[in-house]
Amino acid sequence: MSEPLLLGLNLRAAYRIRLGEIRAVDGVDFEVPRGAVVGLAGESGCGKSTLVNVLLANVRPPLMLKSGKILLDGLELLGMAREEVRKKVWGVKVSYVPQSALNAINPTKRIIELVKDAIRQHKPATDEEIISLCKKRFEELNLPVDSVYKYPHELSGGMRQRVIIAISTLLNPRLLVVDEPTSALDVSTQKQVLRMMLDMKKDRIIDSILFVTHELPVLRQVATHVYVMYAGKIVEYGPADSIFFSPMHPYTKALMYSVMTPEPESRARGLVTIPGEPPSLLMPPQGCRFHPRCPYAMDVCRVREPKLLSMGEGRGVACFLHHSEAVN
Amino acid sequence: MVLEVKNVSKVFTVGLFSRHKIEAVKDVSMRVEKGEIVSLVGESGSGKTTLCRIILRLLEPTSGSIIYDGIDVTKLRGKKLKWYWRKVHGVFQDPYAAFHPFYRVENILYQAFNLMPKVEEGEKKRRVHEALKSVGLNPDEVLGKFPHELSGGMRQRIAIARCFILNPELIVADEPVSMLDASTRIGIIKLFSDMRDRLDSSVIFVTHDLGLAYVVSDRVLIMYKGVIVEEGNPVEVMEYPSHPYTKRLREDVPLLYRKWEGF
Repeated sequence: MSEPLLLGLNLRAAYRIRLGEIRAVDGVDFEVPRGAVVGLAGESGCGKSTLVNVLLANVRPPLMLKSGKILLDGLELLGMAREEVRKKVWGVKVSYVPQSALNAINPTKRIIELVKDAIRQHKPATDEEIISLCKKRFEELNLPVDSVYKYPHELSGGMRQRVIIAISTLLNPRLLVVDEPTSALDVSTQKQVLRMMLDMKKDRIIDSILFVTHELPVLRQVATHVYVMYAGKIVEYGPADSIFFSPMHPYTKALMYSVMTPEPESRARGLVTIPGEPPSLLMPPQGCRFHPRCPYAMDVCRVREPKLLSMGEGRGVACFLHHSEAVN
Repeated sequence: MVLEVKNVSKVFTVGLFSRHKIEAVKDVSMRVEKGEIVSLVGESGSGKTTLCRIILRLLEPTSGSIIYDGIDVTKLRGKKLKWYWRKVHGVFQDPYAAFHPFYRVENILYQAFNLMPKVEEGEKKRRVHEALKSVGLNPDEVLGKFPHELSGGMRQRIAIARCFILNPELIVADEPVSMLDASTRIGIIKLFSDMRDRLDSSVIFVTHDLGLAYVVSDRVLIMYKGVIVEEGNPVEVMEYPSHPYTKRLREDVPLLYRKWEGF
């Protein structure tokens, strides 16, 4: 086994606010193997976007890093100065397309101007070099080449998202991180965006993808591995097929049941509800954080916090139902 | 039959000088039966929300009529319109925008009685409490709260509690769960189906979510570019779609237990 492309160990980070600390990432180990598409699933407020920021060493107040170690392609990120990370890591080793990217790019500049700005953050290059690099890449990805001279508003939502992903990976970073890249798009354009990302991986423009979303059916189509996050912690991880077909953690099961898709399995199951709502991270429940909503909660779940234990075959789960230590 | 939409069209004129016309809804006709859950499915720009707003009398159609209880409601005013809003009630997408931010839950729910003939104070209180319990909320906990103190799911429950007070014949819900978290969604959808079972209300779900339509409805209508292109039992429509647009939707929607070809 080769070493993973991205490895995060014992990550803890919190937002410091007047009322106390919001522990959005609370003891997370995370791994993106080379060649994998890793899905990070969870509901809004579970800490998944914060985890991504920590993994990218993008920690700024009020977010505070409390502990952890991050290795990306052999580089230890948390020891580096922000300026160094900006020059040597972002856009070069890893590219991040945040949720807001679709509406966050400068509307007064043509696409090519954005590209020039971005590339020159990393290396000196002439206009001609940048233009030809950009056009060549657009051709490879079957994007209309003339869109490099367009303004963002001239592109449709799906096209804009594809263009953003294409220009953010011009320097061939090993890892592409996307946060809810398709949730604002119609299903047909969504499929095109997903297809393009997988093609980029096939063409070796990127090695791995970290895909953050709350939409499980989307993850099902693209992910090779899945992490499930709840209230600042990873509750289950494993190869995608095992997570989708035999989820172990009651929360993972509940998430699966909450998905409605036009499939016989979904209609046959009907409406399976789970009580309550995700907890506040300011004051998470004692013991297992899911226990107030869990139909299988036992006495031990209320007082002790289950560790995330390996179950073999690349899987892990943090639940006393699956830990033999809980029986006695 | 509860409600009939007859040849409804809506044309929006945009631009100050060019007077460009957009036909958002084109000659649409549909019916809703008593106690039926109907889903109106379409993607952004299909005209589904425009149609929904016309049914709720929040928007006037350019032509056509909406027949409820034997009368065309598109021209109703004043008292008669209030009566219609009580009988045909809306639940909207954004529970963060639906309520007056300065009103407590109590006031929000008591407002519902303005749409009704006079109700005694004691009776009002009893009905508010009962409605909150029906949607799984504890009256003592939420009545004194302001909307911003509640989560999205709880707010949507308040909106549904209002339906339980009004006891409408038809509820028109425009993307009622698209802004909610996955784990709270099903609970909200279940409330609508409870309401159908208990009060025999009819429900129209206006949604882009093919899965939601497939799982809960008795009938689905597929809308595309202002026209209803396909209609029928959800199992038939999903498993044997006949219109090319429905076929494409069916192929492109991500599923949980099946992978796309070539992915």
